[in-house]
Amino acid sequence: MTAMTPSGDFKTTYRADTTIFPTVTSRNFAIVGIVLLLLCPTFMDRYWLSILIQIGYLSIAALGLNILVGFTGQISIGHAAFFGFGAFASAWFSNSFGVPVFFAVPLAGLLTTAVGMIFGLPAARLKGLYLAIATLAAQFIIEDFLARAEWFTGGVAGTMAEPFSIFGFVFNTDTRYFYVVLAYMVVMYVLATNLMRSRDGRALVAVRDHYLSAEMMGINLTKYRTMSFGISSFYAGIGGALYAHYLQFVSVESVTILFSIQFLGMIIIGGLGSIMGSLMGTVFMVMLPEMMTTITQALSGSSIDLALGLQDNIAFLREMAIGLVIILFLIFEPDGLAHRWKQIKAYWKLYPFSH
Amino acid sequence: MNTSLLLQLLINGVIVGALYGVVAMSFVLIYKASQVVNFAQGEFLLIGAWVCWWLLTTWQIPFIWGFLLTLAFMLIFGVALQVIVLRPMIGEPIISVIMVTIGLATFFQALMKWMFGVFAQPFPPIFERSTINLLGLQVQTVYIMSLLISIVIMVGFGWFFKFSRMGLAMRATAFNQQVAQSLGISVRQVFAMSWAISAMVSAVAGIVVGVVNGVSSALSFFGIKVFPAVILGGLDSIVGAVLGGLIVGLLENFAHYIDSQYLHWGNMYQVAPFYVLIIILMIKPYGLFGTKDIERV
Repeated sequence: MTAMTPSGDFKTTYRADTTIFPTVTSRNFAIVGIVLLLLCPTFMDRYWLSILIQIGYLSIAALGLNILVGFTGQISIGHAAFFGFGAFASAWFSNSFGVPVFFAVPLAGLLTTAVGMIFGLPAARLKGLYLAIATLAAQFIIEDFLARAEWFTGGVAGTMAEPFSIFGFVFNTDTRYFYVVLAYMVVMYVLATNLMRSRDGRALVAVRDHYLSAEMMGINLTKYRTMSFGISSFYAGIGGALYAHYLQFVSVESVTILFSIQFLGMIIIGGLGSIMGSLMGTVFMVMLPEMMTTITQALSGSSIDLALGLQDNIAFLREMAIGLVIILFLIFEPDGLAHRWKQIKAYWKLYPFSH
Repeated sequence: MNTSLLLQLLINGVIVGALYGVVAMSFVLIYKASQVVNFAQGEFLLIGAWVCWWLLTTWQIPFIWGFLLTLAFMLIFGVALQVIVLRPMIGEPIISVIMVTIGLATFFQALMKWMFGVFAQPFPPIFERSTINLLGLQVQTVYIMSLLISIVIMVGFGWFFKFSRMGLAMRATAFNQQVAQSLGISVRQVFAMSWAISAMVSAVAGIVVGVVNGVSSALSFFGIKVFPAVILGGLDSIVGAVLGGLIVGLLENFAHYIDSQYLHWGNMYQVAPFYVLIIILMIKPYGLFGTKDIERV
């Protein structure tokens, strides 16, 4: 096991400290992970594939929110609105202008960025709870706009979205679409990791940690806060567009405040300010309703089920689970799964001499 | 120009606005005393109204006892919530505290839907429904009663903060926690009591709305409408909360009037306060009566 970092291995150059992967092993693990994911469609059934696809587009949006909340410290309760906006924008580009879906997705990301910046500009002056309230208002305003703008979203009825295609090859099955989402996911995660290694990324973290000191060190607060909003909206827009072309139907019903809360739940569970944490949190949040379904199915017919009506109220049980998980994580593990993962790694790295 | 409709809507605005004011007041109470932004304020209304409804319909007890039992329940509930969930969060960053209350809101809203269903349930008739003539308009007595209760609560709050020992302790804690502590005030008790009182007052508002409109999960929307009200009035001002509530109530009804008469956009009633909220945040984030934060390095 020479590749594993021995204890006491210190970086000697700045460049070595800021590589994407801290060790060779971690890079190999990432590559093996992606290869394994590439092979997934060969042995997974449709149910699991659809869950993986869900995790894919949601984790892109969650990463965007984590850049905003976790890295820049700007809380947003309106992320689902931007996600929904991206979904509608992509469908709109391909339906109304005949833009091929391949280009419509990044275009939707850019349009969502523009909208995010519009809301981000006033938000750059606010922080903490004022910003939370402002983004809450943004959620309702965008939700209302999407329900109203029939030329853009088809109004309350929703709109159809074409399947993803490139040069006539249509990604219309789960197996094919899985690769599209995976490709986007890898690109977006690598981009985010790279961003955090750059001056801009460090500036965002500085704004979060102490914005007055950051400003004194020559960081333009307004610029970076607005930029963070823009980046986060871009990720949300891409995630939303991928969602639209997966389901091939978008409706305003999906852009609720509960969905925004779910995004916040993902990054809190995964770990604020952790890139891989966004993915872990999304996996947790997507699996949570599935687990609830499994549990209630296991209990179905039993006296507990009959007394409480678990099966009929599964939707509410899921909502309750989301709220409860957020509370429990904040009280007992505020640094999220990413922190727990680090501790597990540290334990095995130095095993059996963990102290 | 439809004057009678406008007048009717304005009276509605005052009545609903007074209720917003009451809820905003209990929101500000928590914020002032324990520096927690409570996104679960609307759920207090919901829980209070459902508990009272349940006591009245399932157990068939007289309204006054059901009402008092609900208040007792909300007292215990508020204290329990503060002790179990919010106390471990003291000293955590503001994002975490906000998220915990959002988690609470999600949890209790779903719990209430699970326990009582999604459909609006009418309260058993408590008062005779009749209408009186006010300025040539027919106004239902329940609305007048709701307005009276709101005013009583507001006066009660005023008395509480000016003359009662606990109220003074709360103001002292809000002013400066350390000084309050050194004067022998139990800050933990103040925190717990602020949540209890806030829960109780919100429950009263919830019951009032429930009696007028029936109980349903729509009640929790009051908790969101509170934000325009408190931002307008200033987050830490009780007077501001009352005024903000009234303004938001009037504003949404006025927006509804403009919309139904001229614009025909629909749904302005719900969204107009949020546009105003954004504008206020841009030009005067500390509201009409709030204290401006001064940051020293």
